[in-house]
Amino acid sequence: MSFWRSPRATPYLLLLPAIIVILAVVLVPLLVSFWTSFTGYNLTKPATLFQFVGLRNYERLLGNDDFWWAFGRTIVFITIALNLEMLLGLGLALLVSKITWGQRTLRTIMMFPMMFSPILVGFQFKYLFNDAVGLINNALFSLGIVRDPIPWLVDGALANFAIIAAEVWMSTSVFAILLLAGLMALPKDPIEAAKVDGCNPWQVFRHITLPFLMPFIYIAMTIRSLDVARAYDMVRIMTNGGPAGRTELLWTLMTRVGYQNSQMGMANAMGYISIILSIVFTFYFYRKLVGARAFMGGAQ
Amino acid sequence: MSRALTVEKPWQRWAIRLGVLFAMLILVVPGAWVVLTSFRPNIEVLARPPVWIPQNPTLNNYLGIFGLLSTQQGLPVSNYFINSLVISITSTIIAIVLGMMGGYAFARYSFRGKATLFLGFMLSRTVPGVALSLPLFILWSRLGLIDTSWGLILVYLAVNIPFTIWLTDGFFRQIPVDLSEAAQIDGCTRWQAFWKVEFPLARSGLASAAIFAFLTSWNEYALASQLTRTTASKTMPVGLMDFTAQFTVDWTGMSAMAVLIIIPALVLTFIVQKHLIAGLTFGGVKG
Repeated sequence: MSFWRSPRATPYLLLLPAIIVILAVVLVPLLVSFWTSFTGYNLTKPATLFQFVGLRNYERLLGNDDFWWAFGRTIVFITIALNLEMLLGLGLALLVSKITWGQRTLRTIMMFPMMFSPILVGFQFKYLFNDAVGLINNALFSLGIVRDPIPWLVDGALANFAIIAAEVWMSTSVFAILLLAGLMALPKDPIEAAKVDGCNPWQVFRHITLPFLMPFIYIAMTIRSLDVARAYDMVRIMTNGGPAGRTELLWTLMTRVGYQNSQMGMANAMGYISIILSIVFTFYFYRKLVGARAFMGGAQ
Repeated sequence: MSRALTVEKPWQRWAIRLGVLFAMLILVVPGAWVVLTSFRPNIEVLARPPVWIPQNPTLNNYLGIFGLLSTQQGLPVSNYFINSLVISITSTIIAIVLGMMGGYAFARYSFRGKATLFLGFMLSRTVPGVALSLPLFILWSRLGLIDTSWGLILVYLAVNIPFTIWLTDGFFRQIPVDLSEAAQIDGCTRWQAFWKVEFPLARSGLASAAIFAFLTSWNEYALASQLTRTTASKTMPVGLMDFTAQFTVDWTGMSAMAVLIIIPALVLTFIVQKHLIAGLTFGGVKG
């Protein structure tokens, strides 16, 4: 009892409420879902919560084509989206950094997509890509480029393209804004020295600007991999995994199996796989970030 | 910056300006199109050839979603709006108080298990909401928290606390310890020193942390869509799905509701935009 009254207890007491909330809303549910992933729990049959089936859910998933398609598609989706966002964000930051006037306004506009909730981004692009009333088909039609409407969200390949376009629209700003902040903080001396020594613009970019920006790129990557599952909201409203499962990601498949088919055990097994996926991505970029920072060393 | 040294040829300058203009158009047009649609009569949306600028701007879409038009069956959007406000504001206030306590503990004390605890808080953020929704649904239905405001407030609290701790930890670290120590030498208790010296200095940072927390709750869909059922607790993002039936979508009504969701986010983000960048880079670059 005396410990809790001593000054040594103060930080623990300050942290206690936060810890309790995280325990109740994250840790305990994670334990429940861990247990559930080893049972044949079906929402319609409450008793099955205690029907232990060992690794059966995981075995079935590993032998299921739908799962592997969704899993592979999710990995490809994350990889394409993050790389495109990084390249476009870098390009946008470099362009804006060259503009001498109105940079504040430009930065405000760049922040625009970050204000949108993913569900709104999804709605917006569902509308833009709609084959009958969408802006994109209307524009292509008016310009005389197409005569028949393009079935953006009805064709599998085009729907995947539309989803990646929406994702890139939503998140390129994160990279652009962080990299612009990095460019602003770029020290001038090494660049001037390099130019005096006869480096061309590409060499300056490759050997000075880019290494300096790397930590900023990795922060953006870490932030993005933290919230990459937000894409679920977007896909949910745009295609909900359709047409015929062609845009099914791990996250949409999980909710379909869990809530619609009531196979909670199976869904939680998938949930665990998606959690591990998120942690692996985040951890990877975080390690890169720490490495890049160490490389910068005394530069800051 | 490097531009002092780089001599750009006029065509290069124009290419850069064009590129920026093009990029800005892409960023603005989708949202602007939704705003325009929210003021169109439905017939204009379906028109062929397309009508670009609304010819007969109308407020009917807004009146319609609040059920103020006699011809249209209103959706309970006002309930959703109030639910969203109540849930977001309540969870933000509690998250800021608890997060501030935690951030202060991390910034000002050294104690056993500090690094592990901090890592634990951050790791809890990596769990995707949609994966967390499954066990929460099971637990909340047994506890009777499904479709209640408090059920969702509690969840958003857990979503917002780690980020708030991370931010406030940074803010308090920036305030020199000497200030609070000087106040304590002058006779303040640690509690008084906190409220009179450190809290006022951290206030603007706390305000932006609050706005982040509010926006996270305001925009959240994955958890809310599973943990709410009726007008008792459904929030705006969940309500947006009411407009999509199996084969038809009410584009104008949905656009009006989208505008209602985006306006608070727009205003608040504009207020904190300076802190947004600081908040994003914080601790990341400087360690």
